[in-house]
Amino acid sequence: MSTTDTGKTTEPDAAGELGAAGSQLSTAPVETAMPGSFGGSRTPGAIGWITWTGREIVGWARWFWRQLTSMRVALILLFLLSLGAIPGSLIPQSGTDAQKVADFKDRHSLLGPVYDKLGLFHVYSSVWFSAIYILLFVSLIGCIVPRTWQFVGQLRGRPPGAPKRLTRLPAYATWRTESAPEEVREAALKVLKQRRFRAHLDGDAVAAEKGYLRETGNLLFHIALVVMLVAFAWGQLFKSEGNKLIVEGGGFSNTLLQYDDFKSGNLFSNDDLTPFSFDLKNFTGTYERTGPNKGTPRTYQAEVTYSEGAYGKPRKKTIKVNEPLEIGDSKVYLVSHGYAPVVTVRDGKGEVVFHQPVPLLPLDANVTSQGAIKVMDGYRNAQGRSEQLGFSAFFVPTFAGAGKGTMFSQFPALDFPVLAVSGFHGSLGVDSGLPQNVYQLDTSKMKQFKDAKGAILKARLLPGETMKLPDGAGSITFDKDVKEWAGFQVTQQPGSDWALVGAFVAIFGLAGSLFIQRRRVWVRATPGTDGVTVVEMAGLGRSESAKLPEELGDLAALVHEQAPSAPEPGPDTPGSDQDTPDPHAVSAAEGAEKQ
Amino acid sequence: MTLATATNEHLAHISNVLIYSSMAVYTLAFFAHIAEWLFGSRSKVARTAQALTAKGEQGAGAATAPAVTVQTAGGTAVLERPKVVTRSAAGARDVPDGPGAHGGDEQGDLYGRIAVSLTVVAWAVEAAGVLARALSVERAPWGNMYEFNITFSTVAVGVYLALLALKKNVRWMGLFLVTTVLLDLGLAVTVLYTASDQLVPALHSYWLYIHVSTAILCGAIFYVGAVSTLLYLFKDSYENKLAGGGKPGRFATSVLERLPASASLDKFSYRVNAAVFPLWTFTIIAGAIWAGDAWGRYWGWDPKETWAFITWVAYACYLHARATAGWKGRKAAYIALIAFACWLFNYYGVNIFVSGKHSYAGV
Ligand code: HEM
Repeated sequence: MSTTDTGKTTEPDAAGELGAAGSQLSTAPVETAMPGSFGGSRTPGAIGWITWTGREIVGWARWFWRQLTSMRVALILLFLLSLGAIPGSLIPQSGTDAQKVADFKDRHSLLGPVYDKLGLFHVYSSVWFSAIYILLFVSLIGCIVPRTWQFVGQLRGRPPGAPKRLTRLPAYATWRTESAPEEVREAALKVLKQRRFRAHLDGDAVAAEKGYLRETGNLLFHIALVVMLVAFAWGQLFKSEGNKLIVEGGGFSNTLLQYDDFKSGNLFSNDDLTPFSFDLKNFTGTYERTGPNKGTPRTYQAEVTYSEGAYGKPRKKTIKVNEPLEIGDSKVYLVSHGYAPVVTVRDGKGEVVFHQPVPLLPLDANVTSQGAIKVMDGYRNAQGRSEQLGFSAFFVPTFAGAGKGTMFSQFPALDFPVLAVSGFHGSLGVDSGLPQNVYQLDTSKMKQFKDAKGAILKARLLPGETMKLPDGAGSITFDKDVKEWAGFQVTQQPGSDWALVGAFVAIFGLAGSLFIQRRRVWVRATPGTDGVTVVEMAGLGRSESAKLPEELGDLAALVHEQAPSAPEPGPDTPGSDQDTPDPHAVSAAEGAEKQ
Repeated sequence: MTLATATNEHLAHISNVLIYSSMAVYTLAFFAHIAEWLFGSRSKVARTAQALTAKGEQGAGAATAPAVTVQTAGGTAVLERPKVVTRSAAGARDVPDGPGAHGGDEQGDLYGRIAVSLTVVAWAVEAAGVLARALSVERAPWGNMYEFNITFSTVAVGVYLALLALKKNVRWMGLFLVTTVLLDLGLAVTVLYTASDQLVPALHSYWLYIHVSTAILCGAIFYVGAVSTLLYLFKDSYENKLAGGGKPGRFATSVLERLPASASLDKFSYRVNAAVFPLWTFTIIAGAIWAGDAWGRYWGWDPKETWAFITWVAYACYLHARATAGWKGRKAAYIALIAFACWLFNYYGVNIFVSGKHSYAGV
C-alpha cells in the first residue's frame, strides 16, 4: 500500500506529491508521533501546576490510547497471542486432562509449582493470556470505531480531485482528440458511472473511485471478530455440561440430580436446563475384524426414545458420534460406551439380594473393564447379621490370557466374555457421608472372603456360572446377559449461534477485504496549445493491485471510443513535459502484471 | 452387528504401484530440472546489477525517477487503443525479472519444458494413485498421515500446474517443488505407510470432506507462498548487496539472476497468502463445527486446534504487517515463514509429538 497512506515518514513522496488525491485510500490508522511534553508551558503557582498536570495527563492518556489502537501495537498483540497459545499445546492442561496434569506434577517436583504459579496448566484461562486478548480486543474496538466514522465520512464525501501531475501515478494514459474538453469529461463521467465508479466533475477533471466494499468487508470482518468473542464469552458464562452413564433399558431426565457429574458457567442457573427425558433402548458398536487395524471401532450408535418437556410425545432417534440429539438449546452427545454384565447375588438362604447390570469402566481399547459390585442392603450373612458385600470385578469381552495370572481382552466385541470377581464383606463405608466412587471399593472396613485353604477367593466366571461364597455366605452369579452402557454428555452452549453467524460474516468480510481493490481514476481533459484537447487518464490503487493498469486500459478504450485520437501533429506531442515516460524502458513496474 | 466393509486389497495394491511409479517419473522431472539449471548457468546476463548500477550513474535527480513500462493492452480488436504507462512507486527498486531457470539458454529451456511435461505425467499418475487408494477404502483418502501426505503433494503439484496453466510466471519454482514432493512421498512410503483401512467413528462425517480437503488445499497453497517468500528473501539480499556496491558469490549470482525480481516474488507470495487466508479461516470454522458435532464442544484447545489457531493468527500478523509502516518487506516475509512453520508443525509435529483428540489410526 506504498503510495496510499498519508503522513508516513517513510514515504514522503506519497503525501507530498499526490496530496489529497492519495489520502484515505484505506482507513488504516495513521502512525502517531513520539510523545513529547504534552503540558506545554507552565504558568507559575498552584493553578498553573494543576492545569499543566491536567494537560499532561490527558496528553499521556491520549498518547497511550493512540498507541494501543495503532497498527503496530495490534501487530505486537497478535504476535503475543500466537506465542501465548503455544505453551498450552505442549503442557498438559487441567481443563482437558486433569490426570495428566497430576502426573506431570508428580514427575516434576521443581517445575510443577512454577508452572502452577504461572497458570501454565490452564493457559487459556490464565490471567496473562486473558490480558493479551482483552488488550487486543480493546485495541480492536478502539480501532474499529474511528475507522467506521472515517469510512462513513468517505462515503458521504466525494472522491478527491485530480492531482496536478497525473503522469506521476502508477498507471497513466494520454491521447489527443478533437472533441471539446467538456464533451470528453461528460463521456468519461458516463463511462465511469457505467462501470459503477463513484464519479464527479472536479474542475478540469473527472474524479472517480471504486471498491468501497473492500473497506466495508474489512470493517465487517473486524466487527465479526468482536461478535465472536462476545458470543464465546457469553457461552462460557452460561454454558452447562453434564455427563450421564446409562445402561441399556435405563433412562434419564434432564435435572441436576440425575447427572453423574456436572459443570456450568458462572452465571448459569438450574432453571436454565431444558426439560426433556430419554431412554436408552439399545447400543451397538461394531469393530474392524481383520487387518492391521483389527479392533478399531467402526460404528457406535445409541437408539433412544426421547420426549421434550415434561409430557412430550415420545420420539425415536439414533444418536451417533457425529450426530447428537438436539433438543432446544441442549445437545446430547454419545461420548463413551462399555459393558454392564448382569450379576445376581444371593444370600446364604438362596434369596436374591442383588440383581442388576453393573456398568464397568473400560481400561483399554479392547474394553478390558474394571469396576465394583456393591450390595448395600438386604444381605444377611450366615449368622443372620446384616452386612454389606463388595466385589471387585474385572471383565473382558473377548477373553485372552488362559492359564496365566492376568487376563486381558483381545477384541472389543462380546465374543468370549469372562467376569473375574473377588469378594469382601463388612462395611462399604458409604454411610460416612463422603462421596464415593461407584467404580471403586473402599475395603478399609471390609474383610476379604478366603477359601478353605486360606487363599483369596476369586473366580473367572463364564456367563451363567456362579461362585459360591465360603461358609454358606451365599453366592454371586454372572447371568447369561451382558448389557452395554453408553455415556452421554449433555451440553448447553448459548451464544454458539452468534459465534457461527460471526464466523461466516468474518469469512465474507475477509474475502471482500482481500479480493476487492479500492482504486481511484482521474480523467483530465484540457485544451492543448494547438486547439486540440489533451486527454489524460490515471489510476491509483494499492501496490498489490495487478489489475489497475488493465482496468485503466479498458476505461481508456471506452473513453477513446467517444473521443477518438486526433491525427499526430508531429514529434512535439502536447501535454508531454519532462515527466513523460520513455516507452522503451522495459522494466519492472509497481502494479504491472508480469508474465 | 454389521461387519465393516472389507477393504479392497487389490485396489490398494494398484494404488501403491501408482505412487511408486509417480515417484520414478518425478525423479526424471527432477533430473530434467537439474539439466535446465545447469544449462541455464551458461548464460551470463547480470541484469540486476545492470539495472541497479545504471541508475546510480544517472545522478541524484534521475535516481529517484522510477522506470516505466508500456503495456500493450488487451490485444483485443480495439484499434488505436490508448497505451497505458505504468510506473513503480517512488523508492522501489526497479529490477527486471530473471528469465527463469533456463537463463535464456535454449537447451536449458528445452529441458525445462521436458521437466514440466514429466511433472504433468507424474502428477497424473500420482493423482490416479490417490484415487485408487480412495476407491480401495471407499472414502476420502485422508484418514491417516500416509494418505494425507500423498494427497497433499498431489494437491501442491496441482496448484503449481494450475498456476502454470493460467500463464502465471511460476516455472522457476519447478525444481524446488519437485524436490520437496519427492521428499514428501519418500517419507510417506517409508515412515508413514499405513495399510488401507476404514475410519474410526469420529471421522464419519461429511465435515471430514469439507474440513480436511480445504486444510490440504490451504497447506498446498501456503507452501507455494512460502517457497516464493523464502526466495524473495534471498533475492532481496542479493539485490541489496548489489545496490550497496557489494559483489555476491558466483553461485548466488547464477541462481538468483534467473529468478523473478524480489518485488515480483514478494507480490506473488502476498497474493498467494492473502488468497488462501479466507479459506484457512473457513477451514478452522468448519473444523469447529465438526468438533461441535463430534465431541460436544466447538473449541477445546486441543493441540491440533491450538496450532491451527496459532497458524491463523500468524498469517493475520503477516497481513497486518504488510499494512503497518516499518514492517513491510523483509520483516513481513519472516512472519510469513514463521506462519508456514506453524502450519508444518501442526501437520507433522502435533501428530508425532503431541497427543490429542486428533490422533487416529496409527499416526
Ligand atoms: C483480533 C485481532 C485482529 C485480527 C485477527 C485481525 C485480522 C486482520 C486481517 C486478517 C486483515 C487482513 C485483511 C486485509 O489485509 O485487508 C486485517 C486488516 C486490517 N486490520 Fe486487523 N485484525 C485484528 C485486530 C486489528 C486491530 C486491533 C486493528 C487496529 C489497530 C486492526 C486494523 C486493521 C486494518 C487497518 C486492516 C486493513 C489493512 C489494510 O488496509 O490492508 N486490526 N486484520
